[in-house]
Amino acid sequence: MKWLSQFGRFWYDFIVGDDWTIAAAVVAVVALTAAVAHSGHLAWPILPIGVALVLTASVWRVLRSERRASTPPAADGPHASENGGAR
Amino acid sequence: MHSVLLVAAAFLAAAVEMVEALTIVLAVGVTRGWRSAGWGVAAALLALTGIIGALGPAIANLPIDDLRLVVGTVLLIFGLQWLRKAILRSSGLKAQHDEDAIYRAEIEALRDGGGRRVHDWYAFTVAFKGVFLEGLEVAFIVVTFGGAQKNVGLAAIGAAAALVVVLIAGVIAHAPLSRVPENSLKFGVGIMLSAFGIFWAAEGAGVSWPGADASLLGVIGIVILLSFGLVAVMRRAAPRGIAAVT
Repeated sequence: MKWLSQFGRFWYDFIVGDDWTIAAAVVAVVALTAAVAHSGHLAWPILPIGVALVLTASVWRVLRSERRASTPPAADGPHASENGGAR
Repeated sequence: MHSVLLVAAAFLAAAVEMVEALTIVLAVGVTRGWRSAGWGVAAALLALTGIIGALGPAIANLPIDDLRLVVGTVLLIFGLQWLRKAILRSSGLKAQHDEDAIYRAEIEALRDGGGRRVHDWYAFTVAFKGVFLEGLEVAFIVVTFGGAQKNVGLAAIGAAAALVVVLIAGVIAHAPLSRVPENSLKFGVGIMLSAFGIFWAAEGAGVSWPGADASLLGVIGIVILLSFGLVAVMRRAAPRGIAAVT
């Protein structure tokens, strides 16, 4: 049982990796591509555009969280600010 | 041209996995002795042969469009994960993958493992695990790349060439595996996997590419432009002096 869960975890880490939203979004975009293609409309631009959006969003989320982490904490209330200003 | 790209993609992807496996095996062999590590490698290769032999024919019998849809989607997800990491590393938002550091950490962990080397199951298991898992990834790459293109042999040639090159590099360098520019390699692999994934998944979904197979080059170009564009933007937008995350 433990082996099975490790096996599943290996494949999850191997394919899905750090950001599960990429996997979910790619499946959704591929499904949309298939639906449009089978309806007879132009479908080939959907996947490249979708991938560009998915990748940009994923990388952007990391940038946003790093920015948040690197922002120094705000002063603790008006007293701290006043003390800091006095010095 | 398509065949050259297939071999190149299989070569690069397999080389990355093999470098990782070689790092582990070298660390085990140098610190705990080569005998048990060698047995671990041999056992892993035997297990891999059995698994590939069992799965290979089953994959070859699958309908090609369904195979392309599944394989393309999985490759695309897998490739985007690599590309995402490579972009984050190149833009300074993530620590570079340092093979020297991994090698040193592996050696430290092995030394801490202690114990006498009577029948070194620790070395055996670590070498087995490293080679088996990375080998499974190589097998996955070969079977999926080759299966979708109906040319497993060509993908296997790419992987075999990677094995030869990585083994030679390992023998020559012996320890500092970071001489192989793995980060650049991973960037290239991420681009190739994502481009092949887009191409195959779309074909499997019923898309007709303009220019048929030649459009694969266009897809690769789009992914390259997107990747380097993201790196450039992220480098400018990233806060200075952030602590890199691994």
